Amino acid sequence: MRILRFLLLKEFSQIFRNKSILALIMVMPVMQLIILPMAADYEVKNINLAIIDQDHSTYSQQLITKITSSGYFKLSGYDNSFHEAFQYIESDKADLILEIPQNFERNLIRENKQHVFIAVNAINGTKANLGGAYLAGILRNFNADLRLKLIGNTKLNPSPTIEITASNWFNAYMNYKVFMVPGILAILVTMIGGFLSALNIVKEKEVGTIEQINVTPIKKYHFVLGKLIPFWILGNVVFTIGLFISWLIYGIVPLGNLSVLYVFIWVYLFAILGFGLLISTYCETQQQAMFIMFFFMMLFILMGGLFTSIDAMPSWAQVIAKFNPATYFIEVMRMVILKGSRLRDILPHLIKVMLFALVLNTWAILNYKKTT
Amino acid sequence: MKEVVIQTEKLTKRFGDFIATNEITFDVTKGEIFGFLGANGAGKTTAMRMLCGLSLPSSGKATIAGFDIYKKTEEIKKNIGYMSQKFSLYEDLTVLENIRFFGGIYGLSNAQLKSKSEALVTELGLDKEAKKLVGSLPLGWKQKLSFSVAIIHEPKIVFLDEPTGGVDPLTRRQFWDLIYKASDKGITIFVTTHYMDEAEYCNRICIMVDGKIEALDSPTNLKKVFNTNSMDDVFYQLARGAKRKE
Repeated sequence: MRILRFLLLKEFSQIFRNKSILALIMVMPVMQLIILPMAADYEVKNINLAIIDQDHSTYSQQLITKITSSGYFKLSGYDNSFHEAFQYIESDKADLILEIPQNFERNLIRENKQHVFIAVNAINGTKANLGGAYLAGILRNFNADLRLKLIGNTKLNPSPTIEITASNWFNAYMNYKVFMVPGILAILVTMIGGFLSALNIVKEKEVGTIEQINVTPIKKYHFVLGKLIPFWILGNVVFTIGLFISWLIYGIVPLGNLSVLYVFIWVYLFAILGFGLLISTYCETQQQAMFIMFFFMMLFILMGGLFTSIDAMPSWAQVIAKFNPATYFIEVMRMVILKGSRLRDILPHLIKVMLFALVLNTWAILNYKKTT
Repeated sequence: MKEVVIQTEKLTKRFGDFIATNEITFDVTKGEIFGFLGANGAGKTTAMRMLCGLSLPSSGKATIAGFDIYKKTEEIKKNIGYMSQKFSLYEDLTVLENIRFFGGIYGLSNAQLKSKSEALVTELGLDKEAKKLVGSLPLGWKQKLSFSVAIIHEPKIVFLDEPTGGVDPLTRRQFWDLIYKASDKGITIFVTTHYMDEAEYCNRICIMVDGKIEALDSPTNLKKVFNTNSMDDVFYQLARGAKRKE
């Protein structure tokens, strides 16, 4: 115990003396939580639309007004021929072209039928898909209005339609940020914990101070605990700052009990710090540790369900996601914060993360050799 | 007969096909200053790392302070101090913090820590620098501090791996004063060096060539055997036969 106290004292003096690390720990969560959720947004706005209106009629004007007033589209071109409009797509100024043919209004009224043409620039898949869908939606809506106007009340001319009423649970306004912020915070804590623990020990190897430690009668688990505990505390600090920021800026208040989140993060931090430790036992230089950690962080971020739903991944990818501790953390964050899950609900996650912590730390201690 | 504190028998370390130290056998007695000489790559550091329990031997036997080098590495570590080639105190801790930390993990009590660190700071003349970061000290002071920290727990043996490399002659003299003081207290000194004047300060020296011990005796006797009056010459005569390049 006494030895551990000396190790902790040393570790904390070093951390508090290293101003850049300290700033990183404090500033990184704030900046990332402010910037990332604003930018990482699935909702597509500002779709550039080029319109070819060959009709110049009241109806075509009405349609164009309806589209532009939806707020999703920006009119980037207004032309007379497809050839002209296509140049907008080629020069990347337009994502969509809507072609309203000649005699649009006349055909609508006389023949009750008219085609419009949409061309989609599919290089940016998400934008193209959603843009096309939005535009189709607006057209459907326009269509319904027209029917009403031309045919009159449907009571007199019954044509069966299904109207859909949906209600969104747990995130009533489908606010993308409410969904993203807890996930980003999870990744943030993972990154800070993983990198700090991996780099710190490798630094001692690089500088040579670990030699001096290895000739002392200090026990392996003393040394490892002396490294884990300071970063565990720092991880908790970062997590708390993150929760505070998400409340302050996004007004996110966990529906569930905060203590459930903390119980989980306590165990989770041991898992992720153990992982950093394990990497450090295999590396000789900070550069190696950095690259290996980076490789795993990419996996953690992209295969942890932060941006893409795990259920939608191919089954082999789902297997990888199961071996990713960040998966469970991101899920638990969303469960507790959005859904108000209780300890009982997250217990399976907690147990899995405990296993991670146990395996990774044991492995790290076994692989840390005082004698080579 | 004096107490033997280091005893090795055919101690060998192989790295693949390369034999870094080849069947070295020697005894070191209590309080002795034992010099270990050899060209770069002769196997000095490897030998020392084995004796400190940092590296496991490939074959051979050795006991340090009466403890077996294979089975009792942790017991050995309680009884030795070590100062590596590379400066290995924490540069981002102050002089006092380093002393307290290493004293602390060797299990010194608070009272001992207090008196030891005061005595040490005064002895090294570091009163003004006690609260400065070690990284800001000149190399010579760092090395003296490093040595004092290595013997803070009053070990039976202290291993010094090229402790005075890159240090000015004056500081080297002061450093050797510290070594003599420690030796007077009964601490056995095991030191590697490239400086032949330092070799003269040792009670006995051992010269390694290509992983083998080529000569082992007191400086006076060695000079007699090799029929010369300088240690430099003894070293050249032996090292010239070396086949290994650096």
